[in-house]
Amino acid sequence: MTDYDAIIVGAGHNGLVCGAYLAKAGKRVLVVDGRDQPGGCASTRELAAGFRISDCAQWLYQFDDLIVGELGLQAAGLTVGRRKQTVALQTDGDHLTIDGDLLRGAGIGTGDQAAYQAFRQQIDVFAKLMLKLYRGRAPKLVEADWTDRVTLMKLGLGLKLMGKGNMQDLMRLVLINIYDVMNENFDHEGLKAALAMDAITGTNMGPRSPNTVFTYLHRALGNQLQAGGVVQVMGGMGALGDALKSAAEAHGATVRLGCRVRQIVKEGDRVCAVLLDDGSTVQTKAVVSSADPTTTFGELLGCQHLETGMARRVTQYRTRSGTAKLHLALSGLPSFTGLDNGGLTQRLVIAPSMDAIESAFNPMKYAECGDRHVFDISIPSIEDPSLAPDGQHVLTALVHYLPYETKAGWAADRPQVLDGLVAQLEAYAPGLREQIVASELLVPPDFEAAYGMAGGNWHHGELSIDQALMMRPFPGSTQYATAVPGLFLCGAGAHPGGSLMGLPGRNAAKEILKQGALT
Amino acid sequence: MITSSRETMLLTTPFHSRVEAMCHLNDWGNWMGYTTPNAYFDVELEYFAIRSTTGVFDLSPMNKYRITGPDAEAYLNRMVTRNVSKLGVNRVGYAVWCNDAGSILDDGTIFRLGEQDFRLCSYQRADDWLYWCTLGFDVTITNESEDIAGLAVQGPTSCTVLTLLGCTGLDQLKPFGIAHFTFEGAPMMVSRTGFTGDLGYEVWVAPEQAEALWDQLFECGRDYLIKPIGGYALDLARIEAGFLQAHVDFIPAEEAVRPGRTRSPLELGLEWLVDFSKPLFNGRAALLEEKARGSRYRFAILDIEGNKPAEHSFILKGNKVVGTVTSAAWCPTVKSNLAYALIEAPHGKVGDQLTAEIYYQRELHWTRLMAPCRVIDGPLFNPKRRRQTPAPPF
Repeated sequence: MTDYDAIIVGAGHNGLVCGAYLAKAGKRVLVVDGRDQPGGCASTRELAAGFRISDCAQWLYQFDDLIVGELGLQAAGLTVGRRKQTVALQTDGDHLTIDGDLLRGAGIGTGDQAAYQAFRQQIDVFAKLMLKLYRGRAPKLVEADWTDRVTLMKLGLGLKLMGKGNMQDLMRLVLINIYDVMNENFDHEGLKAALAMDAITGTNMGPRSPNTVFTYLHRALGNQLQAGGVVQVMGGMGALGDALKSAAEAHGATVRLGCRVRQIVKEGDRVCAVLLDDGSTVQTKAVVSSADPTTTFGELLGCQHLETGMARRVTQYRTRSGTAKLHLALSGLPSFTGLDNGGLTQRLVIAPSMDAIESAFNPMKYAECGDRHVFDISIPSIEDPSLAPDGQHVLTALVHYLPYETKAGWAADRPQVLDGLVAQLEAYAPGLREQIVASELLVPPDFEAAYGMAGGNWHHGELSIDQALMMRPFPGSTQYATAVPGLFLCGAGAHPGGSLMGLPGRNAAKEILKQGALT
Repeated sequence: MITSSRETMLLTTPFHSRVEAMCHLNDWGNWMGYTTPNAYFDVELEYFAIRSTTGVFDLSPMNKYRITGPDAEAYLNRMVTRNVSKLGVNRVGYAVWCNDAGSILDDGTIFRLGEQDFRLCSYQRADDWLYWCTLGFDVTITNESEDIAGLAVQGPTSCTVLTLLGCTGLDQLKPFGIAHFTFEGAPMMVSRTGFTGDLGYEVWVAPEQAEALWDQLFECGRDYLIKPIGGYALDLARIEAGFLQAHVDFIPAEEAVRPGRTRSPLELGLEWLVDFSKPLFNGRAALLEEKARGSRYRFAILDIEGNKPAEHSFILKGNKVVGTVTSAAWCPTVKSNLAYALIEAPHGKVGDQLTAEIYYQRELHWTRLMAPCRVIDGPLFNPKRRRQTPAPPF
């Protein structure tokens, strides 16, 4: 008799989603995580006394509404804010605002206005097609069974129904880069750059890197998954983790925090238990890992328990990331040139041009930090005053790009880089430095250490075509099952990949139940 | 580093000066990048030296890897299909290893020199594969190919000759056993292994001892009609004895470019080398699936009527081609026309009557022969002396 039907490694959002669905289906589920807070990258932490920040993900933009409904997350306490506009900051204070289909300011022309609407429509057509692939397991092409063939037929039909022009465009675009696509469609440098930011967040790619149209589409799927648009989670991102934990527990799952899984235990040719940090071994019918594939196979299971070809795939899986995070506790509301309070609460983007993004990307390739970066900024304490003491604020920013390691080492470079980032922000927000109460810069190895994500990659492995869909994370371990019987994947390293989306967890649960792996 | 004295593109072995002196036919071949003789003086006489007296074959070009460390046994157990835990110290085991798809990468012999100390002797260069296999294991891999010179000393009088050389008590060494001796003050390892199916040994020394070893061996063996043998004679002997040859009887999986051209151990009649009770080895899942589903091919040894070697022949069942021959020879000792064939399942069971389509030429005149043949149970040449301990004196 096993202790559980399934043990979920990691109480990140996907682990909790998967655990909740499995528990909802009547399975005995244990979710374990070394962190004291549930949610993984959906995390809230105190930066300084009274100042709380979302210390990893800061925006919610593609969390599947279906999951919110099915798991009853609102009843479990999830509250989100109002839809954010994207404000692309310009040095002269005449900023460009992207508000749904509408563009305002920064001398945007009517040509770009019309082109943007047409572009959005086409992207929605593409995203709707991708949605067919995202809310289920990705079909195998060669060893396709009936389920896979039905998915492929639906996909083929969907392609056909989008019309010849759209179909040709998708085929032409999907493997190229966002830089070319932006130039093809728009004239305004600020607009192109603000949109291109969506393609590179969390990746090891610049706008001119191949694959960035695919990552753009991946993000654009948010419009299909989450009707509310880009929002902040009230109480910080950690509130999503709390709600998921409550929901999972309400469905009968046990969530154990503060106890890391040290080892996934294999007996004979199958996985049968996990060894916890407290030295105890818990028996289970299946281990479902929401940890990234590198950690799951390389660290928790061990490459010696895999056949050589699979072990090589594990070590060759690309997990580098250039995304860093700047956190500031501020004594007052910062003043950004040309922005009022209504503007400050939006999503603020600093990326003057696509070349500026690409130029920020270049030094990272050589383990250098560069001196010009691009930013995706949130001041969440305006909409959610609970995050900072009265009248004071927190500012968090995704910063691109900073390397995993620098030549001098992060210990030596960190203060200087942080200082440089603040200086760059000051060009848009004069006097910001004087308002800083506490500050912190998190770089890829910090995310790796804090969240166990190999390489600090937010997507649990680069989301590029060769590591996506039916090849995610790599051949031989797709469709949530792995080469090792009894071991499954349910994290962002499984299809359809990263971002706070919940679909890998939901798809995995459904697939595991369908396969009867827990009976 | 072994360099060619004549600055040819091919390397020479540590025995080259002696080999060259005795290679009266000057018939050289390229064996994995080394200049090696196809024949020294006469293929048939060289072959009969193996079967009647002693034949000496320079096997220095074989690739030799030292595998040491706490995980050495576990590492090899994951890599090869057989159970290395059952291999005792100073024992040798024949092994094949596969990729994840269950396709054979190569075959070779594993010498267990200590609890955590192994030598793998492979046909192919395997540095990259051996390195990739180390992921997750605490082992050290050293390519010793150029640090060890090897001679196969094979045939009924081989034990006697080696005893005269100083290998006292060698007759007590069991098949696949390893014994350690001293030659000119340096270590000399002798294993009772070979590629001829006869009583025979392989002798391993440092390259510095190579020439002296050759000289003294031939000196000791003079009265026992010791002869050097080339690749052609060895090929004849191995076909007679039932040994597979990489690149001939199967294509190493890393080199096959066309889909479906690789072969699994089950398809090559090597299931006895596959230990499914091991929880993990490369290719296990694929081979289990193959076992359940049934293999595409069956390895068959054919006894063919007549005396025309069925080289490259199609094998027919009725009028339908069901397979092809990979190795074929008229085998002088067993006086049989043998061939190895890969036959499409379900054909090729022991006892099956098939037809070999043989083409041969006499003075530009081609003849097509439809020779009846029968699938036999195993190699025909399997003399008692091959297994006897103590090795019988000749």
